[in-house]
Amino acid sequence: MSLARPMTDRERFALTCVGTLGFFCVWYLAAFFQFAPAKFLPMPHEVASKLVQLCGQPFAGAILPEHLLASLKRYAMGFGLAAVIGVPLGLLMGRFRWLDRVVSPVFDSLRFIAPVAWVPFAALWFGTGIGGPTLIIFAGAFPPCLINSYRGAKSVEVKYLEAAAMLGIGSYRTITEVLFPAAVPSIIAGLRIGAGLGWMSLVGAELIVANSGMGYMIVKGQSAIATDIVMAGMIAIGAVGVAIDVALRKLEARLLRHRQEN
Amino acid sequence: MFVGSRLSTVLLVLAAMIVLWYVATTITGLVGPARLPQPLEVWQSFVAIATDGYGNGRLHQHVLHSLKLVAMGFTVAVCVGVPLGLWMGHSRRAEALINPTFLLLRPIPPLAWIPLAIVWLGLGDAAKILVIFVAAFVPSVINSYTGVRNIDKPVLEAARMLGIRRFSFVREVLVPGSLPMIFTGLRLSLQASWTTLVAAELIGALYGLGSILNQAAQDIYPAMIMVAMIFVGICGATTTWLLGQVEARAMPWRHERALQ
Repeated sequence: MSLARPMTDRERFALTCVGTLGFFCVWYLAAFFQFAPAKFLPMPHEVASKLVQLCGQPFAGAILPEHLLASLKRYAMGFGLAAVIGVPLGLLMGRFRWLDRVVSPVFDSLRFIAPVAWVPFAALWFGTGIGGPTLIIFAGAFPPCLINSYRGAKSVEVKYLEAAAMLGIGSYRTITEVLFPAAVPSIIAGLRIGAGLGWMSLVGAELIVANSGMGYMIVKGQSAIATDIVMAGMIAIGAVGVAIDVALRKLEARLLRHRQEN
Repeated sequence: MFVGSRLSTVLLVLAAMIVLWYVATTITGLVGPARLPQPLEVWQSFVAIATDGYGNGRLHQHVLHSLKLVAMGFTVAVCVGVPLGLWMGHSRRAEALINPTFLLLRPIPPLAWIPLAIVWLGLGDAAKILVIFVAAFVPSVINSYTGVRNIDKPVLEAARMLGIRRFSFVREVLVPGSLPMIFTGLRLSLQASWTTLVAAELIGALYGLGSILNQAAQDIYPAMIMVAMIFVGICGATTTWLLGQVEARAMPWRHERALQ
């Protein structure tokens, strides 16, 4: 059993290197021995150079940074809407039971519909420019925002609510000064989950209905059977997803540190 | 999910929604038929697809096809992902070796694999199973891994001290200890499977719920879009419920604790 002998740091480092190199070796070997035709399986360095090349040479109507900007614009709108509506609604539902009872059945019956299934209606209602994809990002990011803010509000200790009630502060101040601060860690966790799901939904939306953006770029790469463009796009999408998560994690750390100081 | 929803309130709210929908579309005509179909139209479309068929097949054929693909991709992903996660959680060496590849591939959203899968495998079922596999694989691995890491250390040490054999160690300590987290992972995997399948079918398929959506969107047939969406929801809810039943069977001790 491997628990028997503890692993040294050096061994760990070596194994990590072997793992990383192994991944690229397998890829290179598969491409080198023509496991699949070169058109379908480009080598890693070819994908990397394609990624650089796409930043200067337009593909599918725009260069990569422009596609990225178009995606981010939609993303900011969809995710922003989800947070602005989901978080307050969750808090209100945690505060007022009647609202909880009215919204929950509606929410629960819509929850199981995959966000991408909204694509046809999104296109019908809001077009394929910014509005349609925004709705799908919203559909992906909204549930975690709402659920986590609700759970955060529900987990507030009763004694605080009782103290607030006894001191005679109104519902509005109870929410802004008691429920919201107590729910912040849960809300941020929800925003992070929502951000991830929203980014994924964005890609889905752009694959199907859009005329610009990262998803559009890779789906055009697919129809041109340009595997290197598809892979370069996937890498860029992954990198941006990581960047968004890191940014939110930083925000989380800052907010939680601020809490401890108080 | 939420507490405090009584069945009567649920039914009341849902009935109110349908009445509101009926009033907005049929009686007052506030919302045009091109934007939101009328309840009666949706019912007629449902009957039409269930009896005569739409987009290459009847409703049950589409539903069964989608269910089959999800079941296949999900099962393969779970059978590979859970043992891999358990192994990575248990052995630090395995973790150091495998984690880099995992970290490189994990940030890519499963939906972004769809174009690559189509380039590699075409528009058939194989491409769909591949993307479902990718989508369902990641949560299975991560949560099984976390599950093992969350097992109390004294339990592992006691098992080792008592000279447990490798096989019984896996069967009696590792798996039961991480089972709650494994099931959390399976639920996330299942959700991801449905999302990716619908997206993949929307992009190109002959059968399946996503292909009905696609066909109806091209025909500008809002009522049929709604029927397909409702069935996407029903399939997702049903499979999640089934998984919950399996979970309750697999972890009877949790249920007993809840009763006490």
